[in-house]
Amino acid sequence: MAHEEAARHKTFGLEIITPERIVVEEDVEGVVLSSPEGFYGILRNHAPFIGGLNIGVLKYRQEGKLHWVATDNGVFEMSGNKLRIMADAAERGEDINVLRAKEACERAKHRLGQRHEGMNHLRAELALKRSLARLKAAVGERKRDA
Amino acid sequence: MAEQVRDIKRRIRSIKSTQQITKAMEMVAATRLRRAREKVVAARPYAREIQGMIRRLLPAIPDVAHPLLEPHKSHRVGYVVMTSDRGLCGGFNGHVIRQAQVLLAQEKEYALIILGRKGRDFFRRRGYRLLAEFIALGDDPIVAQTREIAQALLDLYEKNLVDEINLIYMEFISTGRQRSKVTRLLPVEAPTVDETGQEWINDYFFEPEPEKVLDMLLPRFIIGQIYNAMLESKASELAARMIAMGAASENAMEMIDQLTLSFNKARQAAITKELSEIVGGADALKG
Repeated sequence: MAHEEAARHKTFGLEIITPERIVVEEDVEGVVLSSPEGFYGILRNHAPFIGGLNIGVLKYRQEGKLHWVATDNGVFEMSGNKLRIMADAAERGEDINVLRAKEACERAKHRLGQRHEGMNHLRAELALKRSLARLKAAVGERKRDA
Repeated sequence: MAEQVRDIKRRIRSIKSTQQITKAMEMVAATRLRRAREKVVAARPYAREIQGMIRRLLPAIPDVAHPLLEPHKSHRVGYVVMTSDRGLCGGFNGHVIRQAQVLLAQEKEYALIILGRKGRDFFRRRGYRLLAEFIALGDDPIVAQTREIAQALLDLYEKNLVDEINLIYMEFISTGRQRSKVTRLLPVEAPTVDETGQEWINDYFFEPEPEKVLDMLLPRFIIGQIYNAMLESKASELAARMIAMGAASENAMEMIDQLTLSFNKARQAAITKELSEIVGGADALKG
């Protein structure tokens, strides 16, 4: 009981919201996310803060367990012990199929490899980044359980 | 007489097959409506939270001068009218279009942007000039579509082809109630800043600087708003179709009842007539 009480004092609210829905709404002990300025580690009582979110993997710790979420670009805000992440897209690692993510990754790599007229290089690169993030989140989540 | 009976029978059959179609459409609309309603509710927090962030951010920028926030000088007002691709949805398109016409009549200069085949056909037929159109958007709005639409609208706005953009769509209140709604999209109306929050707002860190953060927030707010409106519009369309098709099925039922009654009467009359002819013939032979 005392332990639980102590744990509650260390947590803060994490919300990951996409245009479609709320993907994550949990009390967590810590979050690591990647931003254009680098990686941020956020704990309870972090100062009020607004920043950008990158395509990548967000990790959060809940009851000592690490969770992985693949995110697209976005904006995040920490204030009043609530971390709100407005991502263009986000997916929990546990909801991502590893095999399919791997296939998507291969396809994106292949597309980036071949050069032909009218190919949007930047777009292909972003697609690869996204698929890598998804794969990483899916694998990370499975490793923890293994 | 026998011919009349056959005619009625044929009409009953035709109404029955129409009723089968309207019933099926009602059921399909009901199923899709359930999903559409869930999506409307699930999508609401995004735009709301982003607006909150803008509100908290603005005090940190003393002289906000963002192109998406500043009202333009000249005044050509753009209207985005959200209609459906398909008909048979009661007054749905009529309501939005009427609302649009009322607003357009008040403008000296306007620009029309249409979503949905029904609206496009209507305004084209009447000789309105359309600045942009998006059709065949499907029954399940996805964010990728919204991004394209948002990008197109932002382009029009940045090229000064429109100085203001409003959305006209049907707001979903309940299955039985939808109403036309007009909301301003661009320039973004700066949310009213809560004066009491001014002090602690100074403690905020921004990374990158606040102006760049605003750059990240405003387009996302616009996407969120368009997406919400598209979902509301879709839910309203499905609700309107469900109700309209339900009413059509009921009307068909009534017609079938009435026709069945006339059918029975006509059949009985035919039998009676035949009987009296036979009896009459027999009497004549006896006599």
